[in-house]
Amino acid sequence: MDAKLLQQNLLELIRRTSTDLPADVVQAIDKGWRREQKDSSGKYALEVVRDNIDMARRISQPICQDTGTIIVYADLPAWCDEPTFIKAFEKATVQATKKGYLRQNSVDSITGKNSGTNLGPGSPSFHVHPTRGKTMKVRMMLKGGGCENVSCQYSLPDTRLGAGRDLEGVYKCLMDATYQAQGKGCGPGILGVCVGGDRGTGYVAAKEALFRKLDDVNPDKTLAKLEKRVMTDGNSLGIGPMGFGGKTTLLGVKITHRNRVPACYFVSIAYMCWAFRRNGVTMSETGKITRWLY
Amino acid sequence: MLLEAPFTEKKIRALKVGDRVEITGLIYTGRDAAHKYLHDGGTPPVDLTDSIVYHCGPVVVKEKGKWVVKAAGPTTSIREEPYQGPLMEKFKIRGVIGKGGMGPKTLAYCKKVGAVYFHAIGGAAQVLAKCVVDVPGVHMAEEFGSPEAIWEFQVVRFPVVVTMDSHGRSLHDAVQAQSEKKLKALL
Repeated sequence: MDAKLLQQNLLELIRRTSTDLPADVVQAIDKGWRREQKDSSGKYALEVVRDNIDMARRISQPICQDTGTIIVYADLPAWCDEPTFIKAFEKATVQATKKGYLRQNSVDSITGKNSGTNLGPGSPSFHVHPTRGKTMKVRMMLKGGGCENVSCQYSLPDTRLGAGRDLEGVYKCLMDATYQAQGKGCGPGILGVCVGGDRGTGYVAAKEALFRKLDDVNPDKTLAKLEKRVMTDGNSLGIGPMGFGGKTTLLGVKITHRNRVPACYFVSIAYMCWAFRRNGVTMSETGKITRWLY
Repeated sequence: MLLEAPFTEKKIRALKVGDRVEITGLIYTGRDAAHKYLHDGGTPPVDLTDSIVYHCGPVVVKEKGKWVVKAAGPTTSIREEPYQGPLMEKFKIRGVIGKGGMGPKTLAYCKKVGAVYFHAIGGAAQVLAKCVVDVPGVHMAEEFGSPEAIWEFQVVRFPVVVTMDSHGRSLHDAVQAQSEKKLKALL
Protein backbone atom coordinates (compact mmCIF):
# COMPACT_ATOMS: atom_id res chain seq x y z
CA MET A 1 0.00 0.00 0.00
CA ASP A 2 1.20 3.48 -0.87
CA ALA A 3 0.52 5.69 2.19
CA LYS A 4 1.18 8.87 0.25
CA LEU A 5 -1.33 7.97 -2.45
CA LEU A 6 -3.87 7.04 0.23
CA GLN A 7 -3.47 10.47 1.81
CA GLN A 8 -3.76 12.17 -1.56
CA ASN A 9 -6.99 10.28 -2.32
CA LEU A 10 -8.43 11.16 1.07
CA LEU A 11 -7.64 14.84 0.48
CA GLU A 12 -9.52 14.65 -2.82
CA LEU A 13 -12.43 12.98 -0.99
CA ILE A 14 -12.53 15.85 1.53
CA ARG A 15 -12.27 18.47 -1.21
CA ARG A 16 -15.10 16.98 -3.20
CA THR A 17 -17.29 16.50 -0.13
CA SER A 18 -16.92 20.13 0.94
CA THR A 19 -17.26 21.76 -2.47
CA ASP A 20 -19.44 19.51 -4.64
CA LEU A 21 -22.86 18.20 -3.56
CA PRO A 22 -23.73 14.67 -4.70
CA ALA A 23 -26.14 14.21 -7.64
CA ASP A 24 -29.01 12.77 -5.57
CA VAL A 25 -29.01 15.87 -3.32
CA VAL A 26 -28.87 18.30 -6.24
CA GLN A 27 -31.76 16.45 -7.90
CA ALA A 28 -33.86 16.66 -4.74
CA ILE A 29 -33.18 20.41 -4.45
CA ASP A 30 -34.05 20.94 -8.14
CA LYS A 31 -37.28 19.02 -7.64
CA GLY A 32 -38.15 21.25 -4.68
CA TRP A 33 -37.31 24.36 -6.68
CA ARG A 34 -39.64 23.30 -9.50
CA ARG A 35 -42.42 22.66 -7.01
CA GLU A 36 -42.24 26.04 -5.27
CA GLN A 37 -44.61 28.76 -6.36
CA LYS A 38 -43.33 31.33 -8.84
CA ASP A 39 -42.07 34.56 -7.26
CA SER A 40 -42.33 33.14 -3.73
CA SER A 41 -39.62 33.64 -1.11
CA GLY A 42 -39.24 29.85 -0.88
CA LYS A 43 -38.45 29.57 -4.58
CA TYR A 44 -36.07 32.50 -4.29
CA ALA A 45 -34.22 30.80 -1.43
CA LEU A 46 -33.75 27.67 -3.53
CA GLU A 47 -32.58 29.77 -6.47
CA VAL A 48 -29.80 31.21 -4.33
CA VAL A 49 -29.04 27.71 -3.05
CA ARG A 50 -28.74 26.36 -6.61
CA ASP A 51 -26.48 29.23 -7.66
CA ASN A 52 -24.36 28.60 -4.60
CA ILE A 53 -23.99 24.88 -5.37
CA ASP A 54 -22.86 25.64 -8.95
CA MET A 55 -20.49 28.34 -7.84
CA ALA A 56 -18.84 26.30 -5.08
CA ARG A 57 -18.23 23.43 -7.51
CA ARG A 58 -16.83 25.74 -10.18
CA ILE A 59 -14.35 27.54 -7.95
CA SER A 60 -13.71 24.57 -5.66
CA GLN A 61 -14.59 26.43 -2.46
CA PRO A 62 -16.68 25.24 0.51
CA ILE A 63 -20.44 25.22 -0.15
CA CYS A 64 -21.00 26.53 3.39
CA GLN A 65 -18.45 28.29 5.60
CA ASP A 66 -19.39 25.96 8.46
CA THR A 67 -17.59 22.87 7.23
CA GLY A 68 -19.02 21.04 10.20
CA THR A 69 -18.15 17.95 12.16
CA ILE A 70 -16.04 15.63 10.04
CA ILE A 71 -17.70 12.20 10.27
CA VAL A 72 -15.76 9.32 8.72
CA TYR A 73 -16.73 5.70 8.13
CA ALA A 74 -14.09 3.31 6.84
CA ASP A 75 -14.15 -0.41 6.01
CA LEU A 76 -10.55 -1.52 6.14
CA PRO A 77 -9.28 -4.68 4.39
CA ALA A 78 -6.25 -6.57 5.70
CA TRP A 79 -3.82 -4.45 3.64
CA CYS A 80 -4.50 -1.29 5.69
CA ASP A 81 -4.60 -1.28 9.48
CA GLU A 82 -6.47 1.27 11.58
CA PRO A 83 -3.54 3.43 12.76
CA THR A 84 -2.28 3.74 9.17
CA PHE A 85 -5.69 4.86 7.94
CA ILE A 86 -6.26 7.34 10.76
CA LYS A 87 -2.82 8.87 10.32
CA ALA A 88 -3.45 9.32 6.59
CA PHE A 89 -6.89 10.84 7.13
CA GLU A 90 -5.58 13.21 9.80
CA LYS A 91 -2.80 14.38 7.49
CA ALA A 92 -5.32 14.90 4.71
CA THR A 93 -7.52 16.89 7.13
CA VAL A 94 -4.67 19.23 8.08
CA GLN A 95 -3.88 19.74 4.39
CA ALA A 96 -7.54 20.35 3.53
CA THR A 97 -7.71 22.97 6.30
CA LYS A 98 -4.59 24.71 4.98
CA LYS A 99 -6.04 24.74 1.46
CA GLY A 100 -9.31 26.21 2.74
CA TYR A 101 -11.55 23.23 1.87
CA LEU A 102 -12.25 23.07 5.60
CA ARG A 103 -12.65 25.97 8.05
CA GLN A 104 -10.66 25.89 11.30
CA ASN A 105 -13.56 24.28 13.06
CA SER A 106 -12.38 22.27 16.05
CA VAL A 107 -12.55 23.96 19.44
CA ASP A 108 -11.33 22.62 22.80
CA SER A 109 -14.53 22.42 24.84
CA ILE A 110 -12.81 23.29 28.13
CA THR A 111 -10.32 26.01 27.15
CA GLY A 112 -12.23 27.38 24.14
CA LYS A 113 -9.06 27.25 22.06
CA ASN A 114 -9.34 26.44 18.36
CA SER A 115 -6.76 23.82 17.34
CA GLY A 116 -6.54 25.43 13.91
CA THR A 117 -6.03 22.04 12.26
CA ASN A 118 -9.41 20.36 12.74
CA LEU A 119 -7.64 17.73 14.85
CA GLY A 120 -8.32 17.10 18.52
CA PRO A 121 -10.18 14.69 20.81
CA GLY A 122 -13.04 13.23 18.74
CA SER A 123 -12.17 15.34 15.73
CA PRO A 124 -12.51 13.98 13.09
CA SER A 125 -15.10 11.51 14.33
CA PHE A 126 -13.90 8.09 13.14
CA HIS A 127 -15.93 4.89 12.74
CA VAL A 128 -13.50 2.27 11.51
CA HIS A 129 -14.34 -1.38 10.88
CA PRO A 130 -12.23 -4.24 9.53
CA THR A 131 -13.56 -6.04 6.46
CA ARG A 132 -12.74 -9.42 4.94
CA GLY A 133 -13.01 -8.01 1.42
CA LYS A 134 -10.10 -6.68 -0.62
CA THR A 135 -11.59 -3.23 -1.23
CA MET A 136 -11.29 -0.27 1.10
CA LYS A 137 -14.46 1.77 1.43
CA VAL A 138 -14.38 5.27 2.93
CA ARG A 139 -17.49 7.39 3.38
CA MET A 140 -17.60 10.82 4.96
CA MET A 141 -20.01 13.56 5.89
CA LEU A 142 -19.61 17.20 6.92
CA LYS A 143 -22.39 18.18 9.28
CA GLY A 144 -22.69 21.85 10.19
CA GLY A 145 -23.64 23.29 13.57
CA GLY A 146 -26.97 24.85 12.59
CA CYS A 147 -28.56 21.53 11.68
CA GLU A 148 -26.84 19.69 14.53
CA ASN A 149 -28.44 22.13 16.99
CA VAL A 150 -31.95 21.19 15.83
CA SER A 151 -31.28 17.44 15.95
CA CYS A 152 -33.11 15.84 18.86
CA GLN A 153 -33.96 12.70 20.77
CA TYR A 154 -37.33 11.62 22.19
CA SER A 155 -37.97 9.09 24.94
CA LEU A 156 -41.30 7.36 24.49
CA PRO A 157 -43.95 7.50 25.79
CA ASP A 158 -44.11 11.29 25.44
CA THR A 159 -47.02 12.93 27.21
CA ARG A 160 -46.78 16.28 25.43
CA LEU A 161 -47.10 14.63 22.01
CA GLY A 162 -49.40 11.83 23.11
CA ALA A 163 -46.84 9.50 21.53
CA GLY A 164 -46.77 5.86 22.61
CA ARG A 165 -44.19 3.13 22.07
CA ASP A 166 -45.19 2.20 18.55
CA LEU A 167 -44.70 3.42 14.98
CA GLU A 168 -47.55 5.89 15.37
CA GLY A 169 -45.58 7.36 18.28
CA VAL A 170 -42.46 7.49 16.12
CA TYR A 171 -44.46 9.33 13.43
CA LYS A 172 -45.50 11.95 15.97
CA CYS A 173 -41.88 12.49 17.04
CA LEU A 174 -40.73 12.98 13.44
CA MET A 175 -43.51 15.45 12.70
CA ASP A 176 -42.80 17.36 15.92
CA ALA A 177 -39.07 17.49 15.17
CA THR A 178 -39.78 18.88 11.69
CA TYR A 179 -42.09 21.51 13.18
CA GLN A 180 -39.66 22.44 15.97
CA ALA A 181 -36.79 22.88 13.51
CA GLN A 182 -38.78 25.39 11.39
CA GLY A 183 -36.12 27.01 9.16
CA LYS A 184 -33.43 27.06 11.85
CA GLY A 185 -31.56 24.01 10.57
CA CYS A 186 -31.15 25.52 7.06
CA GLY A 187 -33.97 23.54 5.53
CA PRO A 188 -35.23 21.96 3.41
CA GLY A 189 -33.80 19.24 5.62
CA ILE A 190 -33.22 15.53 5.64
CA LEU A 191 -34.14 13.41 8.67
CA GLY A 192 -31.81 10.57 9.58
CA VAL A 193 -33.73 8.53 12.14
CA CYS A 194 -33.04 5.64 14.49
CA VAL A 195 -35.78 3.90 16.42
CA GLY A 196 -34.37 2.23 19.53
CA GLY A 197 -30.80 1.69 20.70
CA ASP A 198 -29.42 3.53 23.73
CA ARG A 199 -29.01 7.31 23.64
CA GLY A 200 -25.50 7.04 22.17
CA THR A 201 -25.96 4.31 19.56
CA GLY A 202 -29.31 5.83 18.56
CA TYR A 203 -27.75 9.11 17.45
CA VAL A 204 -24.86 7.34 15.73
CA ALA A 205 -27.25 5.11 13.77
CA ALA A 206 -29.47 8.09 12.90
CA LYS A 207 -26.49 9.83 11.29
CA GLU A 208 -25.41 6.63 9.56
CA ALA A 209 -28.88 6.40 7.97
CA LEU A 210 -28.04 9.64 6.15
CA PHE A 211 -25.56 7.71 3.99
CA ARG A 212 -28.51 6.20 2.12
CA LYS A 213 -29.25 7.92 -1.20
CA LEU A 214 -32.20 10.30 -1.14
CA ASP A 215 -34.02 8.51 -3.96
CA ASP A 216 -33.70 4.97 -2.61
CA VAL A 217 -36.53 3.01 -1.00
CA ASN A 218 -36.21 1.37 2.41
CA PRO A 219 -36.15 -2.45 1.90
CA ASP A 220 -38.26 -2.76 5.06
CA LYS A 221 -41.79 -2.20 3.78
CA THR A 222 -43.15 -0.87 7.08
CA LEU A 223 -40.37 1.71 7.36
CA ALA A 224 -40.65 2.60 3.66
CA LYS A 225 -44.29 3.44 4.25
CA LEU A 226 -43.49 5.52 7.33
CA GLU A 227 -40.75 7.41 5.46
CA LYS A 228 -43.17 8.27 2.67
CA ARG A 229 -45.85 9.37 5.10
CA VAL A 230 -43.49 11.69 7.02
CA MET A 231 -42.20 13.15 3.72
CA THR A 232 -45.72 13.93 2.52
CA ASP A 233 -47.05 15.22 5.84
CA GLY A 234 -43.82 17.05 6.71
CA ASN A 235 -43.96 18.94 3.42
CA SER A 236 -47.63 19.76 4.04
CA LEU A 237 -46.63 21.78 7.15
CA GLY A 238 -45.76 24.69 4.83
CA ILE A 239 -42.52 25.66 6.58
CA GLY A 240 -40.66 25.73 3.26
CA PRO A 241 -37.05 26.55 2.34
CA MET A 242 -35.28 28.53 5.12
CA GLY A 243 -38.61 28.62 6.95
CA PHE A 244 -39.89 31.23 4.46
CA GLY A 245 -43.06 29.21 3.82
CA GLY A 246 -43.55 26.85 0.89
CA LYS A 247 -43.97 23.26 -0.21
CA THR A 248 -40.45 21.96 0.33
CA THR A 249 -39.73 21.42 4.02
CA LEU A 250 -38.08 17.98 3.78
CA LEU A 251 -35.85 16.50 1.08
CA GLY A 252 -35.73 13.03 2.58
CA VAL A 253 -36.52 10.76 5.54
CA LYS A 254 -34.28 7.76 6.23
CA ILE A 255 -35.24 5.46 9.10
CA THR A 256 -33.26 2.65 10.66
CA HIS A 257 -33.66 0.73 13.93
CA ARG A 258 -31.64 -0.84 16.72
CA ASN A 259 -32.72 -3.18 19.47
CA ARG A 260 -33.49 -1.55 22.80
CA VAL A 261 -33.73 -2.68 26.41
CA PRO A 262 -37.33 -3.18 27.57
CA ALA A 263 -37.25 -0.03 29.74
CA CYS A 264 -36.16 2.35 26.94
CA TYR A 265 -37.69 3.50 23.67
CA PHE A 266 -35.68 6.30 22.05
CA VAL A 267 -36.33 8.00 18.75
CA SER A 268 -33.14 9.77 17.65
CA ILE A 269 -33.27 12.31 14.86
CA ALA A 270 -30.24 13.66 13.00
CA TYR A 271 -31.45 16.71 11.07
CA MET A 272 -29.29 17.51 8.03
CA CYS A 273 -29.33 20.85 6.20
CA TRP A 274 -29.78 21.29 2.44
CA ALA A 275 -25.97 21.56 2.19
CA PHE A 276 -25.89 17.78 2.58
CA ARG A 277 -22.19 17.18 2.14
CA ARG A 278 -21.44 13.49 1.97
CA ASN A 279 -19.37 11.39 -0.36
CA GLY A 280 -17.37 8.19 -0.47
CA VAL A 281 -14.85 6.16 -2.43
CA THR A 282 -13.66 2.62 -2.84
CA MET A 283 -9.94 2.00 -3.20
CA SER A 284 -7.94 -1.00 -4.37
CA GLU A 285 -4.71 -2.23 -2.78
CA THR A 286 -2.68 -0.35 -5.39
CA GLY A 287 -4.16 2.79 -3.84
CA LYS A 288 -6.25 3.63 -6.86
CA ILE A 289 -9.76 5.08 -6.41
CA THR A 290 -11.99 2.50 -8.09
CA ARG A 291 -15.34 4.18 -7.59
CA TRP A 292 -17.06 7.31 -6.26
CA LEU A 293 -20.06 6.22 -4.23
CA TYR A 294 -22.37 9.23 -4.71
CA MET B 1 -36.03 45.84 -4.66
CA LEU B 2 -32.80 47.70 -4.11
CA LEU B 3 -31.76 49.21 -0.80
CA GLU B 4 -28.82 51.56 -0.93
CA ALA B 5 -26.84 53.31 1.80
CA PRO B 6 -27.49 55.49 3.75
CA PHE B 7 -29.93 53.19 5.53
CA THR B 8 -32.24 55.87 6.89
CA GLU B 9 -35.22 55.26 9.15
CA LYS B 10 -37.53 56.35 6.34
CA LYS B 11 -36.19 53.71 3.92
CA ILE B 12 -36.28 51.01 6.59
CA ARG B 13 -39.82 51.85 7.74
CA ALA B 14 -40.98 51.40 4.13
CA LEU B 15 -39.91 47.73 4.14
CA LYS B 16 -42.44 44.97 4.79
CA VAL B 17 -42.23 41.29 5.70
CA GLY B 18 -41.71 39.23 2.55
CA ASP B 19 -39.84 41.95 0.64
CA ARG B 20 -36.89 40.62 -1.31
CA VAL B 21 -34.15 43.19 -0.99
CA GLU B 22 -30.70 43.62 -2.52
CA ILE B 23 -28.46 45.67 -0.26
CA THR B 24 -25.72 47.93 -1.59
CA GLY B 25 -23.42 49.89 0.68
CA LEU B 26 -21.15 49.51 3.68
CA ILE B 27 -22.25 47.00 6.33
CA TYR B 28 -20.51 45.66 9.45
CA THR B 29 -20.18 42.08 10.66
CA GLY B 30 -20.75 41.37 14.31
CA ARG B 31 -21.50 38.21 16.18
CA ASP B 32 -21.32 36.89 19.73
CA ALA B 33 -18.21 38.68 21.01
CA ALA B 34 -19.07 42.04 19.42
CA HIS B 35 -22.65 42.04 20.71
CA LYS B 36 -21.60 41.18 24.23
CA TYR B 37 -18.85 43.83 24.15
CA LEU B 38 -21.23 46.58 23.03
CA HIS B 39 -23.93 45.46 25.45
CA ASP B 40 -21.44 45.59 28.32
CA GLY B 41 -20.78 49.26 27.52
CA GLY B 42 -17.90 48.95 25.05
CA THR B 43 -17.32 51.80 22.61
CA PRO B 44 -18.13 50.87 19.02
CA PRO B 45 -15.05 51.13 16.77
CA VAL B 46 -17.26 52.40 13.92
CA ASP B 47 -20.23 54.76 13.73
CA LEU B 48 -23.27 52.52 13.89
CA THR B 49 -25.85 55.26 13.22
CA ASP B 50 -28.15 54.11 10.39
CA SER B 51 -26.04 50.98 9.94
CA ILE B 52 -26.70 47.35 9.07
CA VAL B 53 -25.01 44.66 11.16
CA TYR B 54 -24.40 41.23 9.65
CA HIS B 55 -24.33 38.13 11.89
CA CYS B 56 -21.47 36.44 10.12
CA GLY B 57 -18.14 34.80 10.89
CA PRO B 58 -16.50 35.09 7.50
CA VAL B 59 -13.44 33.38 6.08
CA VAL B 60 -11.21 36.30 5.02
CA VAL B 61 -7.68 36.00 3.66
CA LYS B 62 -5.10 38.59 2.63
CA GLU B 63 -4.17 38.44 -1.04
CA LYS B 64 -1.59 40.91 -2.42
CA GLY B 65 -2.07 43.14 0.63
CA LYS B 66 -5.87 43.23 0.30
CA TRP B 67 -8.54 41.43 2.31
CA VAL B 68 -10.54 38.98 0.21
CA VAL B 69 -13.68 37.26 1.48
CA LYS B 70 -13.68 33.53 0.73
CA ALA B 71 -16.92 32.50 2.44
CA ALA B 72 -19.51 34.68 4.13
CA GLY B 73 -22.80 33.01 4.94
CA PRO B 74 -24.98 34.07 7.89
CA THR B 75 -24.78 32.53 11.34
CA THR B 76 -27.73 31.78 13.64
CA SER B 77 -29.10 35.07 14.96
CA ILE B 78 -31.10 33.99 17.99
CA ARG B 79 -27.94 33.91 20.12
CA GLU B 80 -27.94 37.72 20.04
CA GLU B 81 -31.56 37.97 21.21
CA PRO B 82 -30.68 39.35 24.68
CA TYR B 83 -28.51 42.13 23.19
CA GLN B 84 -29.92 43.03 19.77
CA GLY B 85 -32.87 45.24 20.69
CA PRO B 86 -31.11 47.46 23.24
CA LEU B 87 -28.16 47.87 20.82
CA MET B 88 -30.51 48.85 17.99
CA GLU B 89 -31.94 51.53 20.25
CA LYS B 90 -28.66 52.78 21.70
CA PHE B 91 -26.77 53.07 18.39
CA LYS B 92 -29.67 53.51 15.93
CA ILE B 93 -28.81 50.31 14.09
CA ARG B 94 -31.40 50.09 11.29
CA GLY B 95 -31.00 46.50 10.20
CA VAL B 96 -29.64 43.14 11.11
CA ILE B 97 -28.78 40.37 8.63
CA GLY B 98 -28.68 36.78 9.85
CA LYS B 99 -30.46 33.47 9.65
CA GLY B 100 -33.19 31.69 11.58
CA GLY B 101 -34.95 34.87 12.71
CA MET B 102 -35.09 36.48 16.16
CA GLY B 103 -37.53 36.62 19.04
CA PRO B 104 -40.24 38.90 20.45
CA LYS B 105 -37.78 41.21 22.23
CA THR B 106 -35.99 42.12 19.00
CA LEU B 107 -39.30 42.41 17.14
CA ALA B 108 -40.56 44.92 19.70
CA TYR B 109 -37.39 47.01 19.36
CA CYS B 110 -37.65 46.88 15.55
CA LYS B 111 -40.99 48.62 15.87
CA LYS B 112 -39.83 51.08 18.52
CA VAL B 113 -36.51 52.03 16.88
CA GLY B 114 -37.38 51.69 13.20
CA ALA B 115 -35.32 48.67 12.28
CA VAL B 116 -35.75 45.38 10.40
CA TYR B 117 -34.42 41.84 10.32
CA PHE B 118 -33.07 40.65 6.98
CA HIS B 119 -32.82 36.89 6.44
CA ALA B 120 -29.91 35.81 4.25
CA ILE B 121 -29.85 32.33 2.72
CA GLY B 122 -28.17 30.02 5.22
CA GLY B 123 -25.34 27.98 3.78
CA ALA B 124 -25.00 30.10 0.64
CA ALA B 125 -21.42 31.04 1.55
CA GLN B 126 -20.15 31.52 -2.01
CA VAL B 127 -23.00 33.52 -3.51
CA LEU B 128 -22.90 35.87 -0.53
CA ALA B 129 -19.10 36.18 -0.49
CA LYS B 130 -19.22 37.23 -4.14
CA CYS B 131 -21.40 40.22 -3.16
CA VAL B 132 -18.65 41.56 -0.89
CA VAL B 133 -16.64 43.63 -3.34
CA ASP B 134 -14.31 45.34 -0.89
CA VAL B 135 -13.15 45.07 2.72
CA PRO B 136 -12.07 48.60 3.71
CA GLY B 137 -11.26 47.69 7.31
CA VAL B 138 -11.41 45.35 10.27
CA HIS B 139 -11.77 46.15 13.99
CA MET B 140 -11.20 44.23 17.23
CA ALA B 141 -9.54 41.37 15.30
CA GLU B 142 -6.82 41.10 17.97
CA GLU B 143 -9.30 40.87 20.85
CA PHE B 144 -12.00 38.72 19.26
CA GLY B 145 -10.20 36.64 16.62
CA SER B 146 -10.91 36.76 12.89
CA PRO B 147 -14.41 35.20 12.69
CA GLU B 148 -15.67 37.34 15.61
CA ALA B 149 -14.06 40.60 14.49
CA ILE B 150 -16.04 43.59 13.20
CA TRP B 151 -15.38 43.56 9.45
CA GLU B 152 -16.31 46.41 7.14
CA PHE B 153 -17.95 44.89 4.07
CA GLN B 154 -18.71 46.94 0.98
CA VAL B 155 -21.53 44.90 -0.55
CA VAL B 156 -23.28 45.14 -3.89
CA ARG B 157 -26.75 43.68 -4.38
CA PHE B 158 -26.48 41.43 -1.33
CA PRO B 159 -29.65 39.26 -1.46
CA VAL B 160 -31.90 39.02 1.60
CA VAL B 161 -35.57 38.67 2.53
CA VAL B 162 -37.23 40.90 5.16
CA THR B 163 -38.66 38.46 7.71
CA MET B 164 -39.25 40.91 10.60
CA ASP B 165 -40.32 44.48 9.88
CA SER B 166 -40.73 47.70 11.86
CA HIS B 167 -44.51 47.31 12.00
CA GLY B 168 -44.53 44.38 14.41
CA ARG B 169 -44.78 41.65 11.79
CA SER B 170 -42.64 38.51 11.73
CA LEU B 171 -42.67 35.91 8.96
CA HIS B 172 -41.21 33.44 11.46
CA ASP B 173 -44.19 33.86 13.78
CA ALA B 174 -46.62 33.55 10.87
CA VAL B 175 -45.01 30.38 9.44
CA GLN B 176 -44.75 28.84 12.89
CA ALA B 177 -48.41 29.54 13.70
CA GLN B 178 -49.60 28.18 10.37
CA SER B 179 -47.44 25.04 10.60
CA GLU B 180 -48.55 24.47 14.20
CA LYS B 181 -52.17 24.49 13.10
CA LYS B 182 -51.40 21.99 10.37
CA LEU B 183 -49.40 19.81 12.78
CA LYS B 184 -52.22 19.72 15.31
CA ALA B 185 -54.65 18.64 12.60
CA LEU B 186 -52.30 15.80 11.58
CA LEU B 187 -51.58 14.55 15.11
